[in-house]
Amino acid sequence: MILITHKPIELQDVLHAVQTPEAGAVDLFIGTTRNHSAGKEVLSLEYEAYEPMALKLMEAIAREARARWSIHRIAIVHRVGRVEVGEASVVIAVSASHRKEAFEACRYAIDALKKDVPIWKKEVFAEGEVWVGSQADTSTYR
Amino acid sequence: MISVNVKLFAMAKDLAGMGETTLSLEEGALASSVVDHFVKLNPRFSAWKDHIRLAVNSEYADVSHPLHDGDEVAIIPPVSGG
Repeated sequence: MILITHKPIELQDVLHAVQTPEAGAVDLFIGTTRNHSAGKEVLSLEYEAYEPMALKLMEAIAREARARWSIHRIAIVHRVGRVEVGEASVVIAVSASHRKEAFEACRYAIDALKKDVPIWKKEVFAEGEVWVGSQADTSTYR
Repeated sequence: MISVNVKLFAMAKDLAGMGETTLSLEEGALASSVVDHFVKLNPRFSAWKDHIRLAVNSEYADVSHPLHDGDEVAIIPPVSGG
């Protein structure tokens, strides 16, 4: 399951997508939205994606994880649009025969996603909003 | 002349004031010419030049990547998914 969704992520669906009787371990990573950033209160977040390219790169990450570790299934789901504090913005699940591979592949997938997949997060504060990653010149965006 | 579709995201979209546009470029133009266009449009773009990545037809591409008629060029500011 490789998916970009505008709706809240259903954890059960993601888990279901990787479950198989061959698995001895399922590792589930949930990235949630924080209520603070650089000492300020975050009210909500907004995610935007270049969807066709993001999906292509998420597929490539899943392929690479399967090539590098002995895993059974992998699911990567990212939410876009407005996400309230505490909700899941990204969920990755990996099933493997043994936990070591599940942990390592899952860690690889979230690290690779954060590095290369064209998705952006905007933090909304009481006094304005800022695209994360634009801190070199935040004054422009507030 | 060739025609390319340009997509802009996040702060690049805010700076340009548009998320999508079509540009006419000289035959043999490089991907860098798309960035140059937006720097001319809004000088504040130049502060971002070094942080922006480009994608041509949904794949990351170097600024020296040659463009062809009908290509889709995306301006990719530093990503922050997750």
